[in-house]
Amino acid sequence: MTCPRCGNVVEPSHRFCEECGLNLRQTRTPVGGPLGAAAACRGCGGDSFGPDGFCEQCGHVRPSGRDRMMADLGLVAGLSDRGRRRSRNEDSMACGVAFGAAGQPGPASAVVAVVCDGVASTERADSASQVAADQAADILLEAAAQSDFDAEAATSEAVAAAFEAVTELKRADESPSCTYVSAVVTGTEVTVGWLGDSRAYWIGDALQSEQLTTDDTVVSLLIAAGISEEDALNDPGAHALARWVGADAEEREPHVRTCSPAGSGVIVLCSDGLWNYLPTLGSLDAAVRADPRPPSQRSPSDLVDALVALALESGGHDNVTVVAVPFPIGDGGTT
Amino acid sequence: MTGQFQLEVFQNEYLPEGAAEVNAIITVTATGSGAAKPAGPAAEVIIMDCSGSMEMPRTKLDEAKRATRAAIDALRDGVQFAVVNGMDIAEMIYPKRTRLVAANASTRAEAKRAVTAVRADGGTAIGEWLRLADQLFIGHSGSVKHAILLTDGRNEHETPEKLDRILKEVSGNFVCDCRGVGTDWEVGELRKVATRMLGSLDIVAEPAGLAADFRAMTAAAMGKDVADVRLRLWTPQGATIKYVKQVEPSLVDLTGRRVESAARSGDYPLASWGDESRDYHLCIEVKPAAVGDRMLAGRVSLLDGDDTVLGKAQVLAVWTDDTALSTRINPQVAHYTGQAELAEAIQEGLAARKSGDVETATAKLGRAVALATETGHEDTAKLLAKVVDIDDPVTGTVRLKRQVAKADEMTLDTRSTVTKRVRKPGGS
Repeated sequence: MTCPRCGNVVEPSHRFCEECGLNLRQTRTPVGGPLGAAAACRGCGGDSFGPDGFCEQCGHVRPSGRDRMMADLGLVAGLSDRGRRRSRNEDSMACGVAFGAAGQPGPASAVVAVVCDGVASTERADSASQVAADQAADILLEAAAQSDFDAEAATSEAVAAAFEAVTELKRADESPSCTYVSAVVTGTEVTVGWLGDSRAYWIGDALQSEQLTTDDTVVSLLIAAGISEEDALNDPGAHALARWVGADAEEREPHVRTCSPAGSGVIVLCSDGLWNYLPTLGSLDAAVRADPRPPSQRSPSDLVDALVALALESGGHDNVTVVAVPFPIGDGGTT
Repeated sequence: MTGQFQLEVFQNEYLPEGAAEVNAIITVTATGSGAAKPAGPAAEVIIMDCSGSMEMPRTKLDEAKRATRAAIDALRDGVQFAVVNGMDIAEMIYPKRTRLVAANASTRAEAKRAVTAVRADGGTAIGEWLRLADQLFIGHSGSVKHAILLTDGRNEHETPEKLDRILKEVSGNFVCDCRGVGTDWEVGELRKVATRMLGSLDIVAEPAGLAADFRAMTAAAMGKDVADVRLRLWTPQGATIKYVKQVEPSLVDLTGRRVESAARSGDYPLASWGDESRDYHLCIEVKPAAVGDRMLAGRVSLLDGDDTVLGKAQVLAVWTDDTALSTRINPQVAHYTGQAELAEAIQEGLAARKSGDVETATAKLGRAVALATETGHEDTAKLLAKVVDIDDPVTGTVRLKRQVAKADEMTLDTRSTVTKRVRKPGGS
């Protein structure tokens, strides 16, 4: 058995490759986000920036690596874009592949994906969403590598860790916060957990598609309480979050649900920057099926590219993040 | 030794889509000079108008001499100084030769004796006076260079073009505070001199008030210890600087004083600084960027004569479609925009009044009354009340007074550019 990165011989019992240090039980996106290469100034195309971070020619701020973050781990891919109307990308994502007790280069045991959307009313919302996603992904990947893996319990633990990390950012005058949605996908099951209005969808190849999450927004609460959708939407605070991850949150237990689809498909996680343009299950389903291939047969990177492009073409009013995981997971041919 | 300079920026950096104009108030506060610190080198020239009109009445010249002696007394030991006699030419009163001498007990006494002996004669040529002062300051770079100019009449013995030419030559070389005594001088003319020389302007309607004023000006100049301060402004490619104004303690338009210093950078002279605070209003037009974009509209730095950076600040622009952000009015920007409007309304109103345009004069001065009332400029409101009868101070309903004392009108005009700080909410 050899390390998939350096080719050194590794023992199946080892957690790390002794030659190159690769974690043999998992592979994941870098902590801090898969930052994009952002070299050229968006104002003038120049590449000379002052120590204060502004272009020496045209004054535009140095583009951030967070403006467009891309991850492609083969079994899962994600894309997060600043959009066209916001000055920062406050969405974050983290994803990874767990290889179980046998380790790499064996078959993958689970794929983990997390999307968090920073609440824009707080400074450092981008830090909040990134630490939440990174912490949660860590917990989920660690748990998924164990033989007695319980995805629902791990999801609750992951959210608790996200809370802890975000709470550390609290200062006297502000309490950064974010939404949370995660998916743990194995060969047989899909477990999603969420707090807030970031969503998870099941898009079946042949089976019917389904929205797996319900938004934690005031409007959803009102509708659940029996108020008509029209009246609920007219409520001035309709789109305000009812639940979130942050030091100032009251309810901290995530919604968790597990399903076992009887056929193939793809799990799509996204921030409201996507679903604001595709608000219904039907519209999102149709957008994925605009490509003639069965959803699970498309590469996930191709799928997220297409959905993010659609959000940007529709105006890109908000940050937009999409992560896709084909189901059931393949055998872990990571690159 | 250099004091501490602190720069604070007040602005609303959020702009609506397509907006190009960025406004910011920069408050510059210098601290750290004072008793514990040795005073820096200083040079002082007092220019006394000794034209024939100073004899009419005789008390004018006597008071001018008394004021000049008071100023000489206020010079601390070691300050390089001279006293100049201003007529249609400029001559030395003290010392005899064209140079400065160090102040000490004996030079101060000699200078005062020379001042007492002066006789009034000849005409008024302010450009010539400034040119002689400028020569006297040569070789004193690095010193705080200050002049006091006292006149009682119009600049009759040289052409306005010549005065302009000389102002261009000498401005930036030293600061000159200007005082008009009596009511026969021209406010607009002396304001131009004071503005170009980065100095203050005031009227001394009663010559008896001169001595205290001269003493105060000299003391203030002695309190300055950082010479030749400049404001350097970097703006991005494609930006236009609409204006750079000092807005506190008085309105001084610096826009035309720019000297290019580096790529996309220009320097504006701010003269000498002591422990004090001044505000500047920057108005920059940038190329609008897309909503969500963030850019630097201006990089402000303060430099001393040796190009040492004393402080820095940033003026930003962020485009947003959130109207709650873009419609916020920054109180400092609004306050000083209002002050500039007040000064303009007074100056235009008085000019219209002088030319017999009653309608415009009433409208402008009425607007000035309303602005002064709204912004709590009690002193300005009192001066306005000497020129117009006020029916309603809030709406600015006024009638021009039939009889207005020349001194009242000139005082209102002269002091129209004196500004007032923003009142801090809850503060006094």
